Amino acid sequence: MIRVVLPAHLRTIARVNGEVQLDVEGQATQRSVLDALEARYPALRGTLRDYVTQQRRPFVRFFACEQDLSHEPPDAPLPDAVASGAEPFLVMGAIAGG
Amino acid sequence: MSSVRVLVGTRKGAFILSSDAKRDRWHVSGPHFAGWEIYHVKGSPADPNRLYVSQSSGWFGQMIQRSNDGGQTWEPVGNKFVYDGVPGTHQWYDGTPHPWEFKRVWHLEPSLTDPDTVYAGVEDAAIFRSTDGGQTWAEFPGLRGHGSGPHWQPGAGGMCLHTIILDPRNPARIFIAISAAGAFRTDDGGATWRPINQGLRSETIPDPAAEVGHCVHHVAMHPSRPGVLFMQKHWDVMRSDNAGDSWHEVSGNLPTDFGFVIDVHAHEPETIYVVPITSDSLHFPPEGKLRVYRSRTGGNQWEALTKGLPQSDCYVNVFRDAMAVDSLDACGVYFGTTGGQVYASADAGDNWTAIVRDLPPVLSVEVQTLP
Repeated sequence: MIRVVLPAHLRTIARVNGEVQLDVEGQATQRSVLDALEARYPALRGTLRDYVTQQRRPFVRFFACEQDLSHEPPDAPLPDAVASGAEPFLVMGAIAGG
Repeated sequence: MSSVRVLVGTRKGAFILSSDAKRDRWHVSGPHFAGWEIYHVKGSPADPNRLYVSQSSGWFGQMIQRSNDGGQTWEPVGNKFVYDGVPGTHQWYDGTPHPWEFKRVWHLEPSLTDPDTVYAGVEDAAIFRSTDGGQTWAEFPGLRGHGSGPHWQPGAGGMCLHTIILDPRNPARIFIAISAAGAFRTDDGGATWRPINQGLRSETIPDPAAEVGHCVHHVAMHPSRPGVLFMQKHWDVMRSDNAGDSWHEVSGNLPTDFGFVIDVHAHEPETIYVVPITSDSLHFPPEGKLRVYRSRTGGNQWEALTKGLPQSDCYVNVFRDAMAVDSLDACGVYFGTTGGQVYASADAGDNWTAIVRDLPPVLSVEVQTLP
């Protein structure tokens, strides 16, 4: 079980409160977690990754275990603590004005 | 008794302003989608309870929301706007090639007859259509690909397709406008398009006969006369009497012919409205006086409408999609400002009052006249 924390605007879009808990098939990676997240909440498609390139949107950041994972390859394994559910995978909007 | 619903898109959410036909007491609902930029909200003429919303964010991209109950509840629908084929390049501000990149939906235009069919004008400029209530979208590639696309350049607000007008007499004819490429028309339901900019003159374009490159800000049409179009260009208010085949200037005695909005009275096809803005570098009303100008002669002769509008120290702007009319008798006219006011006139512009004064900057205003 993977725990995912979404930013407030995306919790509204997904119509969830608090953490999201996901079962991820195979190894826990950014790609597999985001695939599972979008499968559970289709309204989130396109909000985290570009539809065409599948690249992380520029103002979206990923953190876990006090590490910035934003620039890790999408198929790199997530930390064991995330894979085990001990720590959440954090999705954040980059701080920017407005 | 009839009623009116004003659909307002702002920088930080959508608002729905409702009144009975007297239009003197308003109920304000919102913000819907608080914190998101709402470029446009529009209702289906075929089912007024079907509303479409363009919701976007610099962080999380584009969402499309749909309501089936007049805005009481919403559901997100499809947001996959992918250009057909390899999109290629257009020109950047400095004239260098720049890849076509989807940024947001500026304008949603529901079909006149089918609530599930809706057109979307997007940045970078292209037109998409959904025939399943917004769930899936397909581009009309013939517009971007008609030949001049690599020469299109963005206006200051981006290279946006901001105007979509459906011909009520000819379902195969659609007019669109792009900043800063110009106006285009299809006569075959969207398969092929051609520029309709003959007669436009833009100082920044050396070639007086240039077919593309004009910064068209908005185009309006009266549904009873689909061959007559009115245009607010970057500079110049223009008119066409042949569905855009040629244009002539009708700026007449306006204090400045720069501006963004233009609209037509619901019952008088020769009565049109603009809000003059000082210049392309001073996006506020001349002399700090917010004035709507009305022509009852289809242009050239204009009168200032000022009653109820601030006549000193007013430095707001009125964006291109932020004016609309209702179809009550007398015709109601509405516009929103970057200062967050939405002004309404229940007597065709003679007198104005602010429905609301302190919304976020207003991006768009549409009106539904309900039975």
